[in-house]
Amino acid sequence: MNAVDLLFWLFAILSVGGGLAMIFSRHPVSAAMFMIVSLVGVAALFVLLESFFLAILQVLVYAGAVMVLFLFIIMLLDVGPEAGKRKLGHFKMGIFGVLATVLLVGTLLTLGNSFDSLALDQSIWPELSEPKDGPSQSLPFSTQVSSFGYGLMTKYMLPIQISGFMLLAAMVGVIILSKKTPGREDVN
Amino acid sequence: MPPPTFELIMAKTVVLERKPLSFSERTYLPQIATGLKTTFSNMFKPKVTLQYPEEKPVIPNNYRGVPTLVKDPNGREKCVSCQLCEFVCPPKAIRITPGSVPEDQDDREHVEKAPQEFEINMLRCIYCGYCQEVCPEEAIFLQDEYSSSGFTREEMINNKEKLYELGGTLPDRHYKWDKKKEAETDGNTH
Amino acid sequence: MMDWMPQGLWFEVCLKVFFAFMMVGAVMTMAGYSVLAERKVSAWMQGRVGPNRTVLPFVEYIPIFGPLLKKLGMFQPLADGLKFLFKEEIVPGHVNKFYYYLAPLIALVPALTTMTVLPFGQMYWNDGTVSTLALADLEVGILFVFAVSSLGVYGIALAGWSSNSKYSFLGGIRSSAQMISYELAMGLSLLPVFLWVCAPGSSESGLSLSAIANSQSGGAWLFLVQPLSALIFLIALFAETNRLPFDMPESETDLVGGFHTEYGSFKFGIFFVAEYAHIVIGSAIFTVIFLGGWHFLPFMEDPWPANWIGSLLGVGWFLAKTIFLIFFFIWIRWTLPRFRYDQVMHLGWSKLLPLALVNLIVYLLIVTVIDQNAAANL
Ligand code: SF4
Ligand code: SF4
Repeated sequence: MNAVDLLFWLFAILSVGGGLAMIFSRHPVSAAMFMIVSLVGVAALFVLLESFFLAILQVLVYAGAVMVLFLFIIMLLDVGPEAGKRKLGHFKMGIFGVLATVLLVGTLLTLGNSFDSLALDQSIWPELSEPKDGPSQSLPFSTQVSSFGYGLMTKYMLPIQISGFMLLAAMVGVIILSKKTPGREDVN
Repeated sequence: MPPPTFELIMAKTVVLERKPLSFSERTYLPQIATGLKTTFSNMFKPKVTLQYPEEKPVIPNNYRGVPTLVKDPNGREKCVSCQLCEFVCPPKAIRITPGSVPEDQDDREHVEKAPQEFEINMLRCIYCGYCQEVCPEEAIFLQDEYSSSGFTREEMINNKEKLYELGGTLPDRHYKWDKKKEAETDGNTH
Repeated sequence: MMDWMPQGLWFEVCLKVFFAFMMVGAVMTMAGYSVLAERKVSAWMQGRVGPNRTVLPFVEYIPIFGPLLKKLGMFQPLADGLKFLFKEEIVPGHVNKFYYYLAPLIALVPALTTMTVLPFGQMYWNDGTVSTLALADLEVGILFVFAVSSLGVYGIALAGWSSNSKYSFLGGIRSSAQMISYELAMGLSLLPVFLWVCAPGSSESGLSLSAIANSQSGGAWLFLVQPLSALIFLIALFAETNRLPFDMPESETDLVGGFHTEYGSFKFGIFFVAEYAHIVIGSAIFTVIFLGGWHFLPFMEDPWPANWIGSLLGVGWFLAKTIFLIFFFIWIRWTLPRFRYDQVMHLGWSKLLPLALVNLIVYLLIVTVIDQNAAANL
């Protein structure tokens, strides 16, 4: 076992342990903090894969921005340890349990099947349009930022457009929902 | 005549038209630059502070510092222990034990009383100056001493000896008791 | 992958640790002395003299030099630090102990971590190669800085929450809102800069800090090319470091002490140092990106020789620029009054953010035009 393996186990335990602790901790603030630990652990795993860009985005977006908002809301609403204790009925619990199991098993099966045939340059996603001029092979697979950018702007142009459009729709939706129109009385 | 109305008393308020801010004013950047210039030029102006223990401020004549007891130019005790100051002192900082003037002081034989002990508690004194104002003998003055400090409460109570030491001698305009004595020797009591 | 690890592993690790300690030492010293600078400069601006009495017993007797050091208050940071160490440690009964102790650490660690990617000079080796002086010259350096410094807000937010007092809480909430708001404008203001530097045809591609600094060598400094970006970045930097026009989290006039109201002694000291460490690092990063880093003046080749003397002079020049920026931070603080909270939010969201977006689009067009022209001329 060399140093990298040691680090891998350290961060793997950190991220999985953090995730578990997040689920089981009573206090919302503690849960949020454990989630941050877990996210940072995953970022460290990315670093071990020499994928600095992904690691940093993980920290920047999730730990740095999303979780701050979570914490912000938790603090603002002053949720105590007792909140969220609302019990689900047995029936609903059953449904959710079955759904989760199906999802888990499905994922594992897909992964298991695709592992044999999966090489690095092959994706399990269906091929989207290849750029006509300058095929992506001209830029070899690397973890450099520029290769990310190149890929996003050529091969994955459609997915990025779609997700951008979805985010825009969500943003407009939020504005419409939160805006007070003078004529409409608030429900509360 | 009817009482003057409100408008007549008050000067008429003129509402000035405010010029709309120009674009550069709305960014505030030129104003910030001016402010920066002001603070920067201030850095090189002479300093206005005193390096206190080494440099002492000039105390003006009418300063109200620590209350002290003073003697007249002949070196005689002026206080007659009337206890007016003790009575008037708002925080009750003064405590006087009256006594009589010793027989052997023939130049003060018309004075009947003198304080045997005179204490001002500087932890209570509020430097109001009432004692100085009320004293019929002009015996107590708030002078230029401003820093009184000590390690214990007892140290902060000025006794008679300390009060005279702080007060020293002040010029006297009246020599009230001298005049009284003169009058008496001339057979003109009261 | 990481094939250097097995051989000479301990040597490498020890070297890195040594350098890291040196860097922490340097930044902490600078933070300590910026506290002194703050006190001195504020004093001078207000017609006072500032701290001028602390001195080590033996230094006092050195002729000329000793009294001068004393007058400049050079030993004041030492006294301040000792004071924080030996003060009585008070923990209010109503706090959430765990997070209360954790918060100052969370505030300090990101401030010190960002400096790992901070390039501060160039080393000219004897064989003619040039390498950047930095603990780790990451290709995504600027993103690393953003990522790690965005974690710093947890320190303040947790301090505010765990103190269990209204004032601290409001301070914590304000701070997290402010940080989130200004991070956007900050990031957006840097995009045109990287677009410009990594424009098609240039040799650079990536988000490396050292590449940015080197791209300004002998040419225009980036704040001349992109004044608006520099301005937005600077304003956002003030907001992110909670410096005075934006010191909402601890505005003492309405929040007593803000997020650190309930903190005392050494824990307060850590918050204090973290704030100044942020300023030091922020100034250094602004220097690297907009003020040419360790390169001499704009449009001038570095006048120093390409050997170790040149390296040292470069680092010194870099430090000088950084110190000037720290002075600028202090200067602004003692010039401008504090914003109201809604003004801070208004400025961030409806002034700086649209401005940064417009700036981005304009430079996008410019870079495209230049690129097309270059392509047409080929
Ligand atoms: S100055 Fe005022 S408070 Fe002080 S002793 Fe005189 S009367 Fe009392
Ligand atoms: S100091 Fe003046 S007022 Fe006070 S007891 Fe003496 S004579 Fe009377």
